[in-house]
Formats: sequence, structure tokens, C-alpha cells
Amino acid sequence: MIEVIGVTKVFPGPDMDFTALGGVSLTVQDNEFFTLLGPSGCGKTTLLRVIAGFEYPTSGSVLLDGKDLLAQPPYRRPVNTVFQSYALFPHMSVAENIAFGLEMLNKPKAEIRKTVADMLDLVRMTPMADRKTSEISGGQQQRVALARALAPRPKVLLLDEPLSALDYKLRKDMQLELKRLQAETGITFIFVTHDQEEALTMSDRIAVMNAGTVRQIGSPREIYDQPSERFVADFIGETNFITADLVGVEGDGSGLVRVRLAGGVETHVQAPSSDLASAMSNGPVTLAIRPEHAILVDEPQGLLKGALENVVYFGTDTHFHVALDDGGLFVLRQQNQPGQRSDMSVGDRVGLSLGRGVGQILRD
Amino acid sequence: MTDAALVHVQKERRSRWMLLTPALVVLFIAASGPLLIVMLYSFLTAGPYGGVEWSFSIDGWFSVLLQRDFFSEELTFADAHLSIFWRSVKLSLLTAVITFLIGFPTAYFIATRPKRQRDIWMLLIIIPFWTNLLIRTFAIMELIRAEGTVNLVLLWLGIIDTPIQMLFTEFAVLFGMAYVYLPLMVLPIYASLERLDFRLVEAGYDLYATRWQVLKRIIFPLAKPGVIAGSILVFVPSLGAYVTPRVLGGGKQLMLGNLIELQFGQGRNWPLGAALSLTLLAIVMIALFVYVRAAGTEENGHG
Ligand SMILES: Nc1ncnc2c1ncn2[C@@H]1O[C@H](COP(=O)(O)OP(=O)(O)OP(=O)(O)O)[C@@H](O)[C@H]1O
Ligand SMILES: [Mg+2]
Repeated sequence: MIEVIGVTKVFPGPDMDFTALGGVSLTVQDNEFFTLLGPSGCGKTTLLRVIAGFEYPTSGSVLLDGKDLLAQPPYRRPVNTVFQSYALFPHMSVAENIAFGLEMLNKPKAEIRKTVADMLDLVRMTPMADRKTSEISGGQQQRVALARALAPRPKVLLLDEPLSALDYKLRKDMQLELKRLQAETGITFIFVTHDQEEALTMSDRIAVMNAGTVRQIGSPREIYDQPSERFVADFIGETNFITADLVGVEGDGSGLVRVRLAGGVETHVQAPSSDLASAMSNGPVTLAIRPEHAILVDEPQGLLKGALENVVYFGTDTHFHVALDDGGLFVLRQQNQPGQRSDMSVGDRVGLSLGRGVGQILRD
Repeated sequence: MTDAALVHVQKERRSRWMLLTPALVVLFIAASGPLLIVMLYSFLTAGPYGGVEWSFSIDGWFSVLLQRDFFSEELTFADAHLSIFWRSVKLSLLTAVITFLIGFPTAYFIATRPKRQRDIWMLLIIIPFWTNLLIRTFAIMELIRAEGTVNLVLLWLGIIDTPIQMLFTEFAVLFGMAYVYLPLMVLPIYASLERLDFRLVEAGYDLYATRWQVLKRIIFPLAKPGVIAGSILVFVPSLGAYVTPRVLGGGKQLMLGNLIELQFGQGRNWPLGAALSLTLLAIVMIALFVYVRAAGTEENGHG
């Protein structure tokens, strides 16, 4: 188990200090696939570097299985990194790169040879074992970097966008391989990616970061269905934001609250979290609604009403852009069914219906 | 290709050669002219007051390694020459080793400073290099002579009670050469370390390599081109060093450069001097060949 407790990292600058991490706390369980997701420059790499030991935090602590990790130099930490820049050794062959960590751990020669062969096989680089690292493509380098970090079987593997340079097919394959490997070896993965789909499909839990802080931690489902704040809702997937008035809290522990929408209709939506529901006070709130959670209906049955502004066909689904009567644009997504015919055209009056509990109140 | 195009290409090729000709002529004359003259002189007879007489002789080459006993006409090795050869090679090798041992950490230190500081450090390394060689050599003399700074300080500290004789020893020559040639070692090593991607060092630490292992397995191999260049830049001029052994060796610790000078001056044996010069050139070439071969195969063995 890795515990990051209140880690702050300030880079001193000539004019002004820069806070790359502002009090990050999170716990990663053994054998968990934990993903850090966030916009460029939010501090993902910096956090990995603190865990690996290349940066010493300004304050805070990092524990591995209850023991202080910060007291150990990087070469004593049972943590390996797949670097964003690969950082392969240019004076060694592919095989020598992979063998390096094992050699440093003084493993017997036969074992090293076997592990290297296995790793080469795993990342499908066996035919290129003797090439120099400058003589292989970017995607191949990335695979070698992965094999090199995996070979010593660390307790924790830090992966800084390890699949970003691979083509779609290979990336899908490697994603499956990574998941399989992680299940097989019991290694804890801390994974950084820009690709939300990758994050959602692979992770046990995701931490969404922004500007050096963790905004939300949860399972992919929680993050997607119950984003706690506007940044998270906006960053992951597409979201419609509409304003509403909170009028009442259900006392049944379901985490549902009653809101009045712009047209005066009331509906039930999710509170930011169920224990927060009872503590909320009435007043204006922002709702997040996913495009696929609303249903397009005839105008009279809609909770929200507006005019159809645009219809965009996407193959698997169709996007309807609705200009709401109170201003604002609502994007709605419907899956295309065989034989289905759209009789709606631009300019038509339409309604949007929301099921009970659809829509999420965001924390301010 | 049409005929016209062909003619055009040929014309262009010809004019390119013609433009290059002056440079090639100068290069050829400058590179091989003096060498040919030296080669020619080494096969002539020594004139009684210096210079050469135009009659063929191999006495010059003969005397490089052998000498004829004045009375018995017996052939023996020229011990004096051999010991000078040996001293030259030994001192030059030692100079290369010492400048490496001091120069590598120095270059590493500079390469790991923040960018703005590096130029200042490099300037400090280069400034002595801009100073006249004689002045630097006499400065060292001042440092290590019997009443020099080092002895005075040691005496004052009570570490010794009589001055140590350092001047006019091999140590003095070595000390002087290491000091004089140090920048030639630091510069190329710094150049290759500066290009080194320090993320590779992090990758090394990440993969359980200790500081020493990172140095040995990652930093050093990547700095090797610089080390090779530096060693050559130090070794070659050391072998022919003249001023330093002359001043700090005091005429007792002769090196090849001094021996050659002697033949053209007091010795009045120009053919021998010319033959010795070519011998020096041969030693340099053989040493370079062996060194580069060894450095190359080691790399192949690794990779
Ligand atoms: N050594 C440093 N000195 C000063 N600032 C730094 C340093 N390293 C990182 N930063 C800054 O800290 C912030 C976070 O950087 P970091 O590399 O962690 O971002 P990231 O989340 O990994 O981004 P990306 O997704 O683009 O890789 C950035 O604004 C960066 O400019
Ligand atoms: Mg990064």
C-alpha cells in the first residue's frame, strides 16, 4: 500500500516560486490499477517523481507498506518507472537495457537471460533484441521502456503515459497485456494518461488532478457518473451544465435532492455525495447532465424545452444540439438503432426528459 | 539525361574541382612539404658545423637506437636515447592519466552546474590556457623550487625541516605537464558530458544502480568519446613537449623534444634530429592506432 500524505512540491523560481503539487493526499492499495488523470502541467509527472525519489517534496510524506519511503534513495526503492521520455540507455542494446535492473540487483546470469527473453516476448521485441535503441521506432522504444521497468518485478510500477506513442491497435493490445500482467504479478500500477477512455477502461480507481491538487478520487463509474465538481465533469467526457434551484432534500438516505428547473418544473437529482445531501441548503446550484442521460421527447412532455439547432450524425450515435429557452445549449446523444428514422428537423420545438436521479449537483 | 544536361553536369563538376584546387595545393604542400624535407634530411650526411651535406647516408637512422663504440667499433644500443624514449612515453602516459583523474570530476562538476554558472567555470579553466606557456612554467618553478611557496609553507607548518627537492625531477616535469595540458582534457569531456541526458542518470538510479554503478555503466560510457579525444589531445603534445621538461627538468630530465632540439643545436647532427622527429611521429601514430583500436573493441564487446 502506498500512502501519499499532504505532499507539497514548490519549485523555486527566479521571480516567483511555483507550486507544482499543493497538498496531495491519496492511498493506493496493493495490486491496484490506479490512474492519475489531468490536464498537461497539473503535476502528474511531479507526483510520480516524488514517489520514485527524483524529487524531494517540500512537505508531506510518502509511505510504502507503512514505512517511510522518503528516507530511501531512489535506487533502494522497490519502485520502477516507465519514463515519459523513455530514457533508454543509448549505448546499450534493447536486451541490455532490459537486463540492466536485474544486473544491478545481482540476479544470477541464467535468471537474467530468462527474464529478458520473457520480457522481450511480452512486448513483442524479440526480433530486435540486439538493436541499438536509436535504431527502433518511438513506439518500440516505449515498449522497451516498459519491459525494462517490469523486468525487476518492482512492488510498485509508475507509468508515465506509457502507451501514448502507440497506434490504436497496438495500444489496445498493450492495454490488455498490462491489465493481464498486473493481475498476474500483483504489482501495484500507478498510471498516468491523457486518454480518458484509457483511464476509464483500465483503472480500478482514478484520481483527477488539476493545478497540483487532487479534485476527485473514485472508481471510473463514480468519476463519470458522479463528478464532484465542474472541473471533473468537464474534464471527463462531455457534460451539459444547467443552473437550477435546490428546493428540498429527501431524508431517505438515497442521496437524492429536489431541484426546480428553469421552466418551473421540479425533478430529483443526485447530491455531490450521499452524506452531503442532508447538509445542503436551498438556493441556486449547478447541475451536470451527461449527453446520453437525457432523452429527446415531444415538447409537452419535456422538463426542459427548446428548439433543435443542429443534428450531427456520428455513425454509432447522433448528437442533437438544443437551444434551451432560457439561453444555453444542451447537447444530447442518442444511439442509432437499425431501421430508426429521424423525423425531427432543425428548427423543431423539442423537449428534454430526465429520469429520476439523472443529473448531478456540483460542489462549488 | 539529354546531352546538354550531361555537358552541364560535367562542366559543373569541373568548375567545382577548379575552385577547390588552390586549397588542395596549399593543403598538400603544407601537410607533406615539411615532412618530405625532414624525411630527406634524415638520409643525408651531417655537416661539420650543422646543416647537411648532400650525400646519402643512413647514419642518422642508425644512431636513433644504436651507437658504435669509439674505440672497439662494437655496436651497442644507445642507452641514453632509449631512456629518453622511455621517459617520454612514460611521462606522457602518466600526464594523460593524471589529467583524466583530475579532469573528469572537474568536467562533471561543471556540466552539472546550472547553465549560467557553467560558462564562468569554463572561463576559469580556459584562462590559464591563454597565458603564455613559459610564464605558466616559470610560475610552477616558483611554486616548487627549494625556497618556493610549497616548501616555505611546509616548513612553516613544521611538516618538514629541510626543503624537499622537487625542481629538476621527473615529478616536476609531470606536475608541469599535467597542469599545462589539463584544459585539453577538461574541454572535450565537458563537451560530451554537457550533451548527456541526465534523465538517463535518473533511469539508472530507478533501476537500482548505485552512484558508482551509474558512473561506471552510464555516465562514463556516454562520456567516452570525450575521454578518448581528451587523452589524445593530452598524450600527443606531451610526447613532444619541449618547454616544460627543459625548464622544470633542468636539462637532466630530457624528453624527446629536447633530444631533437639538441641534435639541431649543440649536437650538430641534423640527420639524427630528423630521424628522431620521424621516430616521434611513428610512436605517436602507433600509440594512437593501438589506443583507438582498444577503445573501439571495448565498445563493441559491450554493445
Ligand atoms: N524542475 C522544475 N522546475 C520548475 N518547474 C517545474 C519543474 N518540473 C516541473 N515543473 C512545473 O511543474 C508543473 C507540473 O509539471 P509536471 O511535469 O508534473 O506536469 P504533468 O502533469 O506531468 O504534465 P504533462 O501531462 O504535460 O506531462 C508544470 O507547470 C511544470 O512547468
Ligand atoms: Mg508528465
